[in-house]
Amino acid sequence: MTARAVVGILGLLVLFGCARPAPPPPAPVAKPTRDDLVVLLPDQDGKTGALTVTHGGTERVLDTPRASARITEEGRVETGTATPEEIQRVFGDALAAQPPRPVSFLLYFLEGKADLTPESQVVLQQVFAEIARRPSPEIVIIGHTDRVGTVPDNDRLSLQRAEKVRDDFVKRGIAADQIQVAGRGEREPLVPTDDEVAEPRNRRVEISVR
Amino acid sequence: MAGRRRVKVLLLQMVVLGFLLVVTVPARAQDVGQIKVSKGTVSIERAGQRLPAGVGVKVQPADVVRTGPDGSVGILFADASLLSAGPNSVLAIDKFVFDSTTNQGAFESTLQKGTLSAVSGKIAKQSPDAMKVRTPVAVLGVRGTEFVVRAMGPGD
Repeated sequence: MTARAVVGILGLLVLFGCARPAPPPPAPVAKPTRDDLVVLLPDQDGKTGALTVTHGGTERVLDTPRASARITEEGRVETGTATPEEIQRVFGDALAAQPPRPVSFLLYFLEGKADLTPESQVVLQQVFAEIARRPSPEIVIIGHTDRVGTVPDNDRLSLQRAEKVRDDFVKRGIAADQIQVAGRGEREPLVPTDDEVAEPRNRRVEISVR
Repeated sequence: MAGRRRVKVLLLQMVVLGFLLVVTVPARAQDVGQIKVSKGTVSIERAGQRLPAGVGVKVQPADVVRTGPDGSVGILFADASLLSAGPNSVLAIDKFVFDSTTNQGAFESTLQKGTLSAVSGKIAKQSPDAMKVRTPVAVLGVRGTEFVVRAMGPGD
């Protein structure tokens, strides 16, 4: 009987012995995701700006592509570099919701008229395409002239140019209340000239699409 | 009986008119941005009210933008800054001041929780540190740049 008991106890010990070294359940992976995380991204033109991260009175500067600052639950700050995979995993939805960036176009006009040059008629089609691909587009059209003619005449002509383009947009189905127009006359030449100088590059409208 | 009904209709009209005044008049006064992308559940809290935040809705200072578990939102601001948030996010627009002639201003927002991607605009370009993004534990000073932020909220 006692021998059996000893065997039994030994057996239990063996069982326990075996159970002990069994690998503990994997550490909860949620732990690292509790950290606050800041990652600096390269700009669209490939350059990287800079960002300061201040936590607990200490400022750190991030200024290299994908430089990261991780603020742990315990309040430590760990700097490093995030991988593109981690950026996509954590921030993919936020990045995918970025609206298109504002763009601007220049259209040029025939001298003294509110008629576009043939080249600019082609650009106008690109502007339509850009507006069409944007959700809830807002458009600002600002007309300009060169310095031939009087200031009041040029104020009028610059506004006519802007309105002509607006009317083209409205004809193409763009809501008029999404479009703002203004005329700046000869006040803001792209190329500075003396008065009464004909300068094709100043006979223009600037169109901002956002 | 008929008189009573007329009073009721009048009262209803006054309530509707009052509601329209409250909702539409200040809505134009200080628009600083517009929602350009809205997926799933997205709302704006403004003056104690919760408004649906679909594409085209204007954003104002003091708005708090929330996304649901299926939601994401993208906002374009007057200075060409972009902020977009992923699911389960709370983004408060604390301050937005912008002079479109001088490009000077101040833009401060807080990501209370969730994920944010940001592209700074003319305010940060004109004056470094005029754009700030806060989280519950950190302050980010923006010097003309693109970045992403995750903030853990108390309930996460």
